[in-house]
Amino acid sequence: MTIQELKLFSAQIRLETAKMLLKRGFGHLGGSFSIVETLSVLYGAVMTIDPQNPSWDQRDRFVLSKGHAGPALYSTLALKGYFPLEWLSTLNDNGTNLPSHPDRLRTPGVDATTGSLGQGISLAVGMAKAFQIDHRPNRVFAIVGDGELNEGQVWEAFQFAAHNRLSNLLIFIDENHKQLDGLTKDIMNPFDVRAKMEAFGFRALRIKGNDEALILQTVTDCLASGQASCIVLDTVKGQGVPYFEQLADNHHIRFANESEAALKAAIETLSAQVAGKDAR
Amino acid sequence: MITRTSVQNPKELRVVYQETMSALMSELPQVVALDADLVGASGTAKLFRAYADRCINAGISEANMMGMAAGMSLTGKVPFIHTFAPFATRRIFDQLYMAGVYQQANVKIYGSDPGFWALHNGGTHTSMEDIALTRSLPNLTVLAPSDATQFAWCLRKAALTPGCFYIRAGRKAFQDLYDPTSSFELGQAITVDPGHDLVIFAIGEMVSESLKVRDALALEGITAQVVDCFSLKPFDVNGVLAAIQGKRLVVTAENHTKFGGLGSAVAEVMAENALGIPLVRIAVNDRFGEVGTPDYLQKVLGLDAESMLKAIKAKL
Repeated sequence: MTIQELKLFSAQIRLETAKMLLKRGFGHLGGSFSIVETLSVLYGAVMTIDPQNPSWDQRDRFVLSKGHAGPALYSTLALKGYFPLEWLSTLNDNGTNLPSHPDRLRTPGVDATTGSLGQGISLAVGMAKAFQIDHRPNRVFAIVGDGELNEGQVWEAFQFAAHNRLSNLLIFIDENHKQLDGLTKDIMNPFDVRAKMEAFGFRALRIKGNDEALILQTVTDCLASGQASCIVLDTVKGQGVPYFEQLADNHHIRFANESEAALKAAIETLSAQVAGKDAR
Repeated sequence: MITRTSVQNPKELRVVYQETMSALMSELPQVVALDADLVGASGTAKLFRAYADRCINAGISEANMMGMAAGMSLTGKVPFIHTFAPFATRRIFDQLYMAGVYQQANVKIYGSDPGFWALHNGGTHTSMEDIALTRSLPNLTVLAPSDATQFAWCLRKAALTPGCFYIRAGRKAFQDLYDPTSSFELGQAITVDPGHDLVIFAIGEMVSESLKVRDALALEGITAQVVDCFSLKPFDVNGVLAAIQGKRLVVTAENHTKFGGLGSAVAEVMAENALGIPLVRIAVNDRFGEVGTPDYLQKVLGLDAESMLKAIKAKL
């Protein structure tokens, strides 16, 4: 995809995510919106995948360690053709294939079951280590939340990845500055995440997480570096929709009154963008 | 075909682990081995040298080791992980659940030194609840082998069977029970010795301890059937029911808390089948471990033959 097409893809992912959350009436909007551009770049321009063959052995793997952003991943997968778009309206329905948190046994295209924070990154590191042992070309991409960095297990996984020089693994940290109960700096100050990752042995970069061109360029550079790499994404929780960006408590939203109206307005705006192929 | 052995030449179980893993890694290229900084303690240094590219020291990070092993299995690897039983279960229970069984990963866990085998590592390293924890999880096979032959069989069976396995066994030698040619079945209990008056269901080293009890009772004209219930999950419900048939006392023996382990499994079967026969559970009675030698610990925990005899006779 060209950068313009990636921007359109981002708008489509955000639109489908908004629609599924409106249909459900509640959900993890903030952390879903903050990773939209990264999902767009990965699935639109980076990953070697075949949506018609989700279990293809040669595919790259994606692990959403911050599993509560499942809706954004589902939108991405549906738009790529892993399953019909109509499934999106079944989010969290009884018996659905799209549970709130990704389940590899239920959803085509989901490579790892996640949701208990801190654990997905270990799965990703294990996958990358397995590919390294066999000198296979598959790459592994993982998104970890900045709130998730509270979990000790992620630091165990980071140490292992850097120590084993897993250059086939690219870790994203979605630094949207908020977790369920408030600002990360108030609950458990993460300090300088990029510097911490560098101290852990990574090639660590920090970039704006809403710029497809910049994300793509940085990913390309990291993959070519031959080093274990980490991209810290400077994002906004609720990214892409000003009302939700400014909403203080935007981790999990029950849509009613003002927030419901804002979500409907966002859907209108995004629909117009997508229809007019004018993503921004 | 299961044959009892008459020869006693017991190998340390950590040696059996190293030898069996070496054979498995030679036969099956997908097998990988992980340890959490206990390579020296588990006697696998030779294995780690021989298969340096497929043996991974995860450092002192059991949670990450379990997660990584699950991730590796999702790409087709067959990972075996080892650490002490308390760290392989209670410390990483959510990893066992989430990364392991919930998403149908394929990880084989050797939890060593369960129960009093923590010895001089003491109460901090003692796991008397690992069976209770692991039995409660779907998609998990739970095995407690009673001798070297059975332990080797369990490891091989785990390597060849999709799904997560938890295998609890000491590192030191258990008494030999079975001829090395013996082959077992998951979900099938084994009558080690027949008897008419009572039945003793046992696991692990407690099978050999139960045979001592059987011999002592025989001197008094009481015959005890001894059954090895190494396959805790799947559990041999029919085999247990058949063994209880005609007995006037049921005994269970395990190096584990009395809550949720073998005694509970047998009690569940008895209650569900309305068997009104007295049950004596030889197990750790709601307490923690401590440092000590095997003989001392077995005695203070009431898991030695003498304590067993006393408890059984009180009910006969």
